[in-house]
Amino acid sequence: MNTQNPKKDTKPKISERRRFLTIMAQSIGLSALGGLIWTGYVEEAKASPLLLRPPGALKEPDFLRMCIKCGQCAEACPYDTLLMAKPGDGLPMGTPYFIPRDIPCYMCTDIPCVPVCPTGALDQKSVSSNEGGREVLDINKARMGLAIIDHESCIAYWGIQCDACHRACPLLDEAITLEYVRNERTGKHAKLIPVVHADYCTGCGLCEHACVTEKAAIFVLPRDVAMGKPGDFYVKGWSKKDQERIKERNLGKLQTKTKMSEKRAEDYLNMDEGLFDE
Amino acid sequence: MSRILKMRYLILRRITQIGLLFLYFSANAYGWKILTGTLSSSTLFQTIPLADPFAILQMLSAGALMGVNVFIGAAIVTLFYGIIGGRAFCSWVCPVNMVTDLANWLRRKLLLDKAERKVWVSRNARYWVLVLSLIVSAITGLAAFELVSPITIFNRGVIFGMGMTGGVLLAIFLFDLFGVKNGWCGHICPLGGFYSLIGRFSLIRVRHNQPNCTLCMKCKEVCPESEVLFMIGKKSTTVNMGECVNCARCIEVCDDDALGFSIRDFATTEAKGDNR
Amino acid sequence: MSSMSRRDFLKSAAAATAASAVGMSVPTEVEAKASSAEAGWRWDKAVCRFCGTGCGIMVATKDGKIVAVKGDPAAPVNRGLNCIKGYFNAKIMYGADRLTTPLLRMDDKGNFSKTGKFRPVSWKRAFDEMERAIRKALKEGGPEAVAVFGSGQYTIQEGYAAAKMMKAGFRSNAIDPNARHCMASAVVGFFQTFGIDEPSGCYDDIEITDTIVTWGANMAEMHPILWARVTDRKLSDPDRVKVVNISTYRHRCSDLADMEIIFRPNTDLALWNYLAHEIVYNHPEVIDWDFVKKHTIFATGFVETGYGMRMPDEAKKLGYSDKELETIRKEKSKVVSEREAPGLAPLGYKAGDTMEMKHRGHALGHWEISFEEFKKGLEPYTLDYVAKIAKGDPEESLESFKKKLETLRDLYIDKSRKMVSFWTMGMNQHTRGSWVNEQSYMVHFLLGKQAKPGMGAFSLTGQPSACGTAREVGTFTHRLPADMLVKIPKHRKIAEKIWKLPEGTINPVGYQHIMNIHRQIESGKIKFAWVNVCNPYQDSANANHWIKAARKMDCFIVTSDGYPGISAKVSDLVLPSAMIYEKWGAYGNAERRTQHWRQQVVPVGEAMSDTWQWVELSKRFTVKDLWGEWTVKGGKKLPNVIEKAKAMGYDEDTTMFEILFANDWYRSFRPDDPISEGFDNTDVFGDHRNVVGSDGKVFKGYGFFIQKALWEEYRKFGAGHGHDLADFDTYHRVRGLRWPVVDGKDTPWRFNVKYDPYARKHAKPGEEFAFYGPALKKIKRGNLKKIDPSLGKIALPNKAKIFFRPYMDPTEIPDNEYDTWLCTGRVLEHWHSGTMTMRVPELYRAVPEALCFMNPKDAKAKGLKQGDMVWIESRRGKVKAHIETRGRNRPPRGLVFVPWFDERVFINKVCLDHTCPMSKQTDYKKCAVKIYKA
Repeated sequence: MNTQNPKKDTKPKISERRRFLTIMAQSIGLSALGGLIWTGYVEEAKASPLLLRPPGALKEPDFLRMCIKCGQCAEACPYDTLLMAKPGDGLPMGTPYFIPRDIPCYMCTDIPCVPVCPTGALDQKSVSSNEGGREVLDINKARMGLAIIDHESCIAYWGIQCDACHRACPLLDEAITLEYVRNERTGKHAKLIPVVHADYCTGCGLCEHACVTEKAAIFVLPRDVAMGKPGDFYVKGWSKKDQERIKERNLGKLQTKTKMSEKRAEDYLNMDEGLFDE
Repeated sequence: MSRILKMRYLILRRITQIGLLFLYFSANAYGWKILTGTLSSSTLFQTIPLADPFAILQMLSAGALMGVNVFIGAAIVTLFYGIIGGRAFCSWVCPVNMVTDLANWLRRKLLLDKAERKVWVSRNARYWVLVLSLIVSAITGLAAFELVSPITIFNRGVIFGMGMTGGVLLAIFLFDLFGVKNGWCGHICPLGGFYSLIGRFSLIRVRHNQPNCTLCMKCKEVCPESEVLFMIGKKSTTVNMGECVNCARCIEVCDDDALGFSIRDFATTEAKGDNR
Repeated sequence: MSSMSRRDFLKSAAAATAASAVGMSVPTEVEAKASSAEAGWRWDKAVCRFCGTGCGIMVATKDGKIVAVKGDPAAPVNRGLNCIKGYFNAKIMYGADRLTTPLLRMDDKGNFSKTGKFRPVSWKRAFDEMERAIRKALKEGGPEAVAVFGSGQYTIQEGYAAAKMMKAGFRSNAIDPNARHCMASAVVGFFQTFGIDEPSGCYDDIEITDTIVTWGANMAEMHPILWARVTDRKLSDPDRVKVVNISTYRHRCSDLADMEIIFRPNTDLALWNYLAHEIVYNHPEVIDWDFVKKHTIFATGFVETGYGMRMPDEAKKLGYSDKELETIRKEKSKVVSEREAPGLAPLGYKAGDTMEMKHRGHALGHWEISFEEFKKGLEPYTLDYVAKIAKGDPEESLESFKKKLETLRDLYIDKSRKMVSFWTMGMNQHTRGSWVNEQSYMVHFLLGKQAKPGMGAFSLTGQPSACGTAREVGTFTHRLPADMLVKIPKHRKIAEKIWKLPEGTINPVGYQHIMNIHRQIESGKIKFAWVNVCNPYQDSANANHWIKAARKMDCFIVTSDGYPGISAKVSDLVLPSAMIYEKWGAYGNAERRTQHWRQQVVPVGEAMSDTWQWVELSKRFTVKDLWGEWTVKGGKKLPNVIEKAKAMGYDEDTTMFEILFANDWYRSFRPDDPISEGFDNTDVFGDHRNVVGSDGKVFKGYGFFIQKALWEEYRKFGAGHGHDLADFDTYHRVRGLRWPVVDGKDTPWRFNVKYDPYARKHAKPGEEFAFYGPALKKIKRGNLKKIDPSLGKIALPNKAKIFFRPYMDPTEIPDNEYDTWLCTGRVLEHWHSGTMTMRVPELYRAVPEALCFMNPKDAKAKGLKQGDMVWIESRRGKVKAHIETRGRNRPPRGLVFVPWFDERVFINKVCLDHTCPMSKQTDYKKCAVKIYKA
């Protein structure tokens, strides 16, 4: 933005070249200020981490980069699951997301929201599987988020025969299984406790929607938020598949360093401080 | 009747603007498959892709590697405006235009121009904003103007629900009404700037027929980019500057048949007043 | 109670828990102390409103509202736990659309009009209209024209009051509960096999047994607390304890089960016979001959009994469509199919024969046969034959299926194994439901695995008081309290004596079972029907007919309910009823456990209890109105008993109220009973609402403890006959007791000398069992095919019967046009027709609509995909539903499952109203439909 006083002032005339340079400088200055604020706003908007994206969405930074905000995914959704962030939502404006407690993703087998994406922000490949040499849509491959259970407020953990989440799960017995635990207090009942499996959970949120507690005791979070990460230097001895977890081990970063190993060995050895009681 | 004739293009423009919004709206609300998506990117008759080339430019700047469809869509739009429509997007398609036109009309009715405490913003600011939006996109990895664009916000608001969209529009309305005349569309909006650039050589143009002109200056008064009418009363030529939005208000208000649509006059392309 | 210290509280709470854990009754004082520790909340014991499990709960009230519930830690069934329906007991009474005032269909002038709109009226006007309609019905059609849709969710007192007014007052047996749809086949099984109703075992079997087989019972969803106990039993010894799930589709029980057997609908008949065949032919060494010879005889009955539908010509006359008649025709005769022919061969049938349903009228007939005849009947049920007809999953290999059957056999015949076979609607809602019930006892008896701890075939009930009210009180058309029957003169005499009626008052003809009530409204015979605590217009199969009949025929339908459902919608008058904790009551669960509760709060609006509604109605009718001569079915005359009544001290104008509900004995129950101290009792005292009652005056209560009087009178019926119940006060001190309750002790296992005082009384010295049930203990004799009159009759005191029953095809089988089996049922989240649970936001959110569960391959073959809206169409009607190819129920190809709780997916419009011809229980589990995109 470039402002200047259009009124003729009384100051001496400056040359055309000088005038041009001044205006340029002013413009650049103002642009820099505007750009700074703008960048700050954009960065802030990017940082809302608890959004659930449609099936096949790229990782959040890539998704934000790729989404053109056209809303064709939301229009294709037959359940009105997908919302487009509006002013006031405090979310990256114009991007699609969903709130499973209100309307979960019903996991349509033909995934109408994904193929309509013009930019590839929703990646069809990530929700397709190879069936007899043919790529077919496979909603079970979606990873919109991961369901997390609050053990304190989940009434199945109290021993109530609930499991509404389990029965609501489209991948029941895969994404949510029941763990049978004896209820020592009653001495004759078992607790049927829901357990979520990240390998299968698509994050559709049907469980969160079905949960009968006042505020859902099972809820979907973006996988990055919901999941920890075990180190890549240990592999489960009891699982043949576990090595797949570690895609690539960076051989250049094998060295470890703690406060104990800050000093070089000889430096440490040559240091007598604290060795003798004074 | 003559009143309506005096507003024939205005009415047509409103029909186009509202009609497009309605088509988008009904794609979501009723599942009509005529025009799906939003102004950012849409699909016509379920086959023809359309995309906002400026959005694509920002996304490219942000480092997005997109599918071929959006590029085809962007190319179609670019070619359409570049060859035919000029900057017609701003007056015939953009929904914010309805808000700013209203502000402008009110401004004239309330005679605010006369009492204005001059806040002067260069009409070239939009080009700075344009460049800036590409830079910010590159820095943040996110199409920067798309995130704040009141055009798509309004557009999506109509389709998916308004939320606080009204607040954004009110801000623009007040800025245009009390702040800078034609402030948003004529000064700030980088999309307008973008279409000014790609529409520089388009074919459909307003032509001035100087001999008929009585120098009443109604056209200049009503024009949102009045500098493009520098030739009024001076010589017969087409309005060739990219900033002209082809809104045809000048044609409508002219009582002397001194203005009308025509094909670009290549003979007199030298554009005085191109003060960049 | 604020003076009670924390230490005192802990002590009393611990005592209560400990006491109940060992089945001891807790003194009231301790209980009262334990229950008032929470500030401002009053906790009192009650029972869960929903299924037949009978979980105990505690209800907290504050300022006249229910604020919370908790599982009752002292309740032996659930020990403080609940399922999610039970979890929401506190919320079921406060739906925004509770009925709060009587509503009558009226024209603009305020007159009753069958086509009018519902408008609020006073209770007085409501009773005026009911009285008018009943008088009209009586005049036009006699007592049989006055009908009641009763319920297995009645409180015992309500059901008793209703049955008493109907049978003693109106002299009408046209009262039948929705439990007919739910338990009737089990009842016939019990009566014919044991001579007395209800299970021999109890829930404790679960902890004692080591093998649990579910036959058509989705306990995981329908009896979750019992399933939790089954699961715990499995966990206690995972290698030893085996769980088998036998069903027509995969449901949640398969998750825990060691083995799942998916069978073709109706072939459970063949599966049981396969087990018996294996025992008798291939493993005779496992037969417990000592048990069999001492305690049982062999028997069989007719097969040509039809399918409980209307007769075809009658249906045709009433305008049933040609499509419907295609199925209805089988009521008269059918062609024996290739599938059933081998199994019917011992009875002389071969494929292609026409089976005339000549024994339609005496389906219950049965006679003794020899073991050799019994064995002959089982001959065809080899592994090959049964596997061929019973394999239910087209994608399973025959070998795999056979292997499963053999495994099942091995579990049953393993002498070291204790066996419990559970079933619910899969075996009861069955056109041969009584048969398949009897077959379960057949196998258990042969193995000597019945009536012993941890062993037995156990019929689970669906409703909270299907046992307590429907069966024990006898709110069935053919029954009187305590297993007595209207057709038996001695039983009528006993009832007439207890009820202080002139001899001959009770109508001996009881044939108007629930489907008959619907059908007789359709054919114009029944002119008045009152819906109590149920939703028959949503829950009855072939609903289009009954809805149309209710609205178009010259009849007056009244519905008493807490919420507006389909039945209220088709009614002429709607009455607002008090819901469970708004009245005193008692329920009896599936293990014979009777549990009472007090009124916790005053009802909403002008709602009143069903007991009150019945008692108020009784005020409108006098001796001369009802006890004159009437003509009933077949021209039979009910005698005029007015003179006899006068001799008893009544006069012509004595009201039924005075005779039945307010006689001197009733009035002797003082209102200021210590049991009710501090609790509301709207029926006895009225309440602060000052509801204007049936006489236009504020109702101030009856002034005597009517609920206690009803109970004490009711229990006279069973005392000394193996149905002994404790007194009213005792039940308010304990967490329920399993009848027979003799000397204050309940009976966990019946017929077993060790546990059942009646078995001790009846058994011969040295014998361990006595099947002392008195019914049907003198029968004819014959062979597999027929009765042989020359053999005379055989008496079988203390003996049970082992029935041979063959396999037969169901009524309607999928064909080219209607190519899919339809099975209906419930889901855990919703109770029955959803009038309560669909109004609990959390449960509504969890399962907002009924889905059509379908095999994904079927969906694909029909061009459908997950979530598509489809039409489910039968010969009778069609409904729309979304298809679900994933999730909790996984049908094999060729079968769909649709729950019936959702009135917007009105699946009973599609279902066929065929019943077991013996029990008259509807088969909701099989009919043929086609499915196509909507």
